[in-house]
Amino acid sequence: MEIFLQQIINGLVQGSVYALVALGYTMVYGILGLINFAHGEVVMIGAMLAISSLTALLGIGVPPLLALPLSAGFAMLGCMALGYGIERIAYRPLRHAPRLAPLITAIGVSIVLQNLAMMVWGREYHSFPQLIANSPHSIGGAIINDIQIIIFILALAIMAGLMLLVHRTRLGRAMRAVAENQHAAQLMGVDINRVISVTFMLGSALAAVAGMMVSANYGLAHYYMGFLLGLKAFTAAVLGGIGNLRGAMLGGLLLGLIESLGAGYIGDLSGGVFGSNYQDVFAFFVLIAVLVFRPSGLLGERIAERA
Amino acid sequence: MSHRPLCGSLRFGLLATLLRGFYSVKALEFVSGKHNARWAFWLLLAALLLLPFFTDALLGRGWVRIVDFAMLYIMLALGLNIVVGFAGLLDLGYIAFFAVGAYCYALAGSPHLALAFPMAFPDGVHLSFWMILPLAALLAGGFGVLLGAPTLRLRGDYLAIVTLGFGEIIRIFLNNLNAPVNLTNGPQGISRIDPVSVADVRLSVTQEIFGISLPSVHLYFYLFLAFTALVIFASQRLERSRIGRAWMAIREDEIAASAMGINTRNLKLLAFAMGAMFGGASGALFAGFQGFVSPESFSLMESIMVLCMVVLGGMGNIAGVILGGVLLAVLPEVLRHGVVPLQQALFGKTIVDPESLRMLLFGGALIVMMLYRPAGLLPSRVRRRELDTDEIVETV
Amino acid sequence: MNNATPLLQLSSIGKQFGGLSALSDVSLHIRRGEIYGLIGPNGAGKTTLFNVITGLYQPSAGEFHFDGKSYQVCKPHVLAKAGIARTFQNIRLFANLTALENVMIGRHVRTRAGVLGALLRDRATRNEERAITERARELLRYAGIEKPAQTLAKHLSYGEQRRLEIARALATDPLLLALDEPAAGMNATETASLKTLLQTIRASGITVLLIEHDVKLIMGLCDRVAVLDYGRKIAEGVPEEVRKDPAVIAAYLGGGDD
Repeated sequence: MEIFLQQIINGLVQGSVYALVALGYTMVYGILGLINFAHGEVVMIGAMLAISSLTALLGIGVPPLLALPLSAGFAMLGCMALGYGIERIAYRPLRHAPRLAPLITAIGVSIVLQNLAMMVWGREYHSFPQLIANSPHSIGGAIINDIQIIIFILALAIMAGLMLLVHRTRLGRAMRAVAENQHAAQLMGVDINRVISVTFMLGSALAAVAGMMVSANYGLAHYYMGFLLGLKAFTAAVLGGIGNLRGAMLGGLLLGLIESLGAGYIGDLSGGVFGSNYQDVFAFFVLIAVLVFRPSGLLGERIAERA
Repeated sequence: MSHRPLCGSLRFGLLATLLRGFYSVKALEFVSGKHNARWAFWLLLAALLLLPFFTDALLGRGWVRIVDFAMLYIMLALGLNIVVGFAGLLDLGYIAFFAVGAYCYALAGSPHLALAFPMAFPDGVHLSFWMILPLAALLAGGFGVLLGAPTLRLRGDYLAIVTLGFGEIIRIFLNNLNAPVNLTNGPQGISRIDPVSVADVRLSVTQEIFGISLPSVHLYFYLFLAFTALVIFASQRLERSRIGRAWMAIREDEIAASAMGINTRNLKLLAFAMGAMFGGASGALFAGFQGFVSPESFSLMESIMVLCMVVLGGMGNIAGVILGGVLLAVLPEVLRHGVVPLQQALFGKTIVDPESLRMLLFGGALIVMMLYRPAGLLPSRVRRRELDTDEIVETV
Repeated sequence: MNNATPLLQLSSIGKQFGGLSALSDVSLHIRRGEIYGLIGPNGAGKTTLFNVITGLYQPSAGEFHFDGKSYQVCKPHVLAKAGIARTFQNIRLFANLTALENVMIGRHVRTRAGVLGALLRDRATRNEERAITERARELLRYAGIEKPAQTLAKHLSYGEQRRLEIARALATDPLLLALDEPAAGMNATETASLKTLLQTIRASGITVLLIEHDVKLIMGLCDRVAVLDYGRKIAEGVPEEVRKDPAVIAAYLGGGDD
């Protein structure tokens, strides 16, 4: 029972990070109908920027509680600029090109980002500076520490904020209009290019926060961390119904739970044949299963290609 | 012409195809006149047959090995070209099929299985290369169908992501299937794989033929050359067939294609399976050549590299894909031998390692090609044919 | 195949998109060998009906019979094989293939060579390929676009593209040729020659279904006409009758246009 509770806690914390990243995929998809392959790398860059700036700030004696928001802001700004640039360079010129073209440039962008990151930050793991005591708390025998609590609450707060933004503001209305019908939105005076740029920047800012959370949770960051994280977050977005914001949140949390419960119990279930080293496989099977049985995801509409 | 017997047609077709495939390469265009075509072909054949000797003499034995690998990459790229170039399906995990073929050969042609099943196979399994090759192709094709069937009815970008995941999954399994039964030997990989034998001639040792001494790398070169020719031949025949046209119709406009009576799902699946089969066969060749396989050889970056070859040369354009394969297979070696000494000379140390520079160039090439030259380095067959006719002057 | 049974018979076809009803209770039949016109104001559901008939949409209600067989849930390629060929309102050619190749692809459904045939290129395959090429050239000539056979479809002029779509559709040996606004964007000369082409096609025994905005073209060409408005059939008959029908006049003049 303790193990079960522990896996639930781990799953929810990890899942809330997936949800933040999944939101980035789903927002871009909702508006452009395009899978932003490079999104995972934006998460990685966010983590790296945060760690570098945090280490630098702490190094010059800035108090941790000031350094943290400062470096978070720095990472978010950096990623927003990156997201803006990616859209301008790789996607905008190809908006009316055959679908294969932006997919291929997106892959190109993610390779470039990954290798640039490797040149800048090297191949080694970077550790996230310890800022707080990070004391563990016990709930029914399971352990949850301060960082996990902060991650979970912060993620929920950010998601709530995003929902408010999309449903209660002028910008949100413009975003929804563009998602619904680009042409009509343009006729109604919405600056489509601006809305698309803002969407990319918003998604990238979320990615930066998610990157910080992941590296804080594991204490580590690495130039290759974006790839798998991106793949899983995309799975989460599909699971919830891509293009649907609530779906991305639900999908993220669910995927986190599936993964941690799966990893926790696969050994027992398979009689020891498979171990937790197969953890990364679950997301993939979830993806395939969703695509086969409910391609629209849990909350989405049909996505199968039709006229 | 129409009464030519089948094998004659096949042989002629093979020659003609080789020729067509190569004379469209720009360097040879000056001999592409009708009378010179046959000449050009024999010249090219002679050049290719002598290539390992020249390479050996001028650059050293190590470069012959690099050329051998380049041939493998060309085969892979041509296989992927069927999927991406002809049918327009983006497969980002193509290397997984290569891996399936390679491990198929590794298991069925090495002592390894004695570890897992000492009772059944006390000496491991040692099937002949010619039995394993079709097996590897079929197995990889089967994996292709298994993966394609659920995903091909979805939009193309889903296929891309699923194949991407599939490539990783295969690697995770290869890395972990050493327990409870040691099937893949985990990250260490499988070694002592039987070398390829052709008609009782072992390609792993130097052979004397007509008084000429042929080292192993040369022998494998000729084997790969023959297979590459076969792959080019098959690609070209497929391209100019009812099936090939249907693939291209799907690539151009799936809805119009289905309105024209093309069963898009089946044909996409066919393209996927065909590509996977080519990949599997190349994988078996790779395992036999290398004598050793490990999960490391089948990373995502390899998939990306093969995709790069296809995109760089020109999607759907066979000659272009060959060019792309040659360029990108040789590039890393050039970088390794050029960039490091250059940096050493300039800065006294290596600032940018050639591996990441290579990947950076690949990524950059993908972006730049798509933005500025989506048709690839070589103008495509159709475009060229169009330019040949006098009726049209418009070009892009 | 009895000539008295209609080629296409629609019974109470309905189509809903979400809560929106695009078609409701549409019944009509098309006789063999006639040119049947479908008109109606913008948004009346013409193209939706068209997409249902050609299998692009599945009807939410009703069924249709084609050539004596019933079809309810059906893929476009199955209907193409059954003998329904179509063109698209916003031209959908295979842009990066030549005109000739476009038409050759139309032969796909009436030919059979598979992968093995392609690789071995045996005599049957070679003969089939030759037949495909010959038939495609013939159709290009028939449609009056034999000259740019080797031109990429995207480089053809607008009128040529429209004709190429018709040639490609004819390559499937259809019983019913369904044309979605073939005269859209054409000038008077082009429209006149299109009219001649359609009459030739009908004379060769192919039934034609025509959606058109150009009422003059419809009235001068069609044997019978149906009028759709708000997803319902409001009139059907020979052109003169329909023209005088008060419901039709109201639909066109009475602000029914969106």
